[in-house]
Amino acid sequence: MSNAGPYNPKVMDHFMNPRNMGELESPDGVGEVGNPSCGDMMRLFLKIEDDTVKDVRFQTFGCGAAIASSSMLTEIIKGLSVEEAKKVTNQRIADALDGLPPAKIHCSVMAEEAIQKALEDYENRKKSA
Amino acid sequence: MNDLIFLDHGSTSPCDPRVVEAMNPYFTEIYGNPSSHLHAQGNQASQAVDGARSDVAALVGLAKGQVVFTSGATEANNLALLGLPSAKDPERKHVLVSQIEHYSVVNTLDMLKAHGYTVEELPVDKNGVVTPEILKSRLRSDTALVSVMHANAEVGTIQPIAELAALVRETGAFFHTDATASAGLLPLRMSEWGIDAVTLSAHNFYGPKGVGALVLAEGVRPKPRSYGGWQEFGLRCGTENVPGIVGMAAAARLALAEKAEWAERQALLGRKLWKGLEEKISFIHFTGHPTDRLPGHVSFWVEHVEGESLILFLNSKNIMAASGSACGSNLKAADEDELVASHVLDAVGVPSDICAGSVTFFIGKDTTEAHIDFVLQEFSPIVERLLQMSPTYHDYLKSQKNG
Repeated sequence: MSNAGPYNPKVMDHFMNPRNMGELESPDGVGEVGNPSCGDMMRLFLKIEDDTVKDVRFQTFGCGAAIASSSMLTEIIKGLSVEEAKKVTNQRIADALDGLPPAKIHCSVMAEEAIQKALEDYENRKKSA
Repeated sequence: MNDLIFLDHGSTSPCDPRVVEAMNPYFTEIYGNPSSHLHAQGNQASQAVDGARSDVAALVGLAKGQVVFTSGATEANNLALLGLPSAKDPERKHVLVSQIEHYSVVNTLDMLKAHGYTVEELPVDKNGVVTPEILKSRLRSDTALVSVMHANAEVGTIQPIAELAALVRETGAFFHTDATASAGLLPLRMSEWGIDAVTLSAHNFYGPKGVGALVLAEGVRPKPRSYGGWQEFGLRCGTENVPGIVGMAAAARLALAEKAEWAERQALLGRKLWKGLEEKISFIHFTGHPTDRLPGHVSFWVEHVEGESLILFLNSKNIMAASGSACGSNLKAADEDELVASHVLDAVGVPSDICAGSVTFFIGKDTTEAHIDFVLQEFSPIVERLLQMSPTYHDYLKSQKNG
């Protein structure tokens, strides 16, 4: 018997072996969405140089889809310009994961919100600097 | 370890090979319809079904009464909840159910309300117990039915059923208990304790899926919920699931003979698992009653870690456990709007702001000590991994450093 679960192999790969998991020292932008009472919470750290996402890390409290969405998001945005990163949608994250179960689409939405918030934070810091 | 370690015995159990063996002739050899009892085929089937009744009655300690076979516990609970309140005294319009019943009870209550009943929930204490004091304070002279499950599969707590039944008896109301999680593990003395109706599910005690029963004390006759022929005393119409019923009876015989031994072994392994987890896992919070609980049932949640991801990691190690959710992202829900929190965790006071998912390990009769050793070996690294990923855990570490 295989030990297949509810997710496709790509989601499982990102869940079991998350990319860019952790924290960045002195980040240029931080985005936090959700909270444990919603079942998911995501925190994204960005290092930005020359208007480009140089490095990214995440911490996520949540289900398989939430962790996989966070991990995939970090892969997508690494190396993108700030303007390009702003345009990353939840659909793009879900597609890159070869799809998510309907009840878990909200996890990819959370990842989209996390990058939006982190970039907002980056721009606010830049303004006040 | 290559073994598949199934520790989700609250959801179901494997059919015992001896049960399958007992069922086999009833597919191809004895295939008659019990209603056609004038010929040999039908008569043998009819005798098999009637013989099965006494095995099931024996499992729950029924001296006199009826076993009504159903498609499972859900149908039996529906029949009890909807059929019993009006069965004796139509003037009685009050129904009490515990806060931690199965969905087949919970989701039936709206129908009762629509029929003019006042339905009240009996609160449980932090260990998940409906205390006799609470029941006493809620019973009314017009209470028609009280339904409290024997044991809860999510948090493991066993209810003081004999005491609750005695209190209800004094008021003249019916007392129903859903014994799905406890049958085949705990003794139930239906007649001695004065219980009017008991729900059973065969697949929860090593029988087949698709068959259960509502066991009724003498003289207790719910109003039917389905309409058709005269099968099952007119309480559950439709041709009987003969192989399933024969399988349920075989499982009941096995359970009656071996359940004391199963319960003792499971309790021993359960204590080992509980103790091991308590020692190894920081931030663990056990749920349910610490001692009055199903043998081999260990349920808990881990702060900073979400339930589903624990289950998925365990599954990758061939360990199968259950998860309940305090807030809930239930994959089975049809869409996001239907995601529901566990009313059971909520009732026992699990804080939904810091708990996102519980884990239940429910040991079975075939679980070995090596399985438990393996779970204990694998579980801490899984928790550690998820802690490292968790933003709230890192916040906690920082607060420790600063504070």
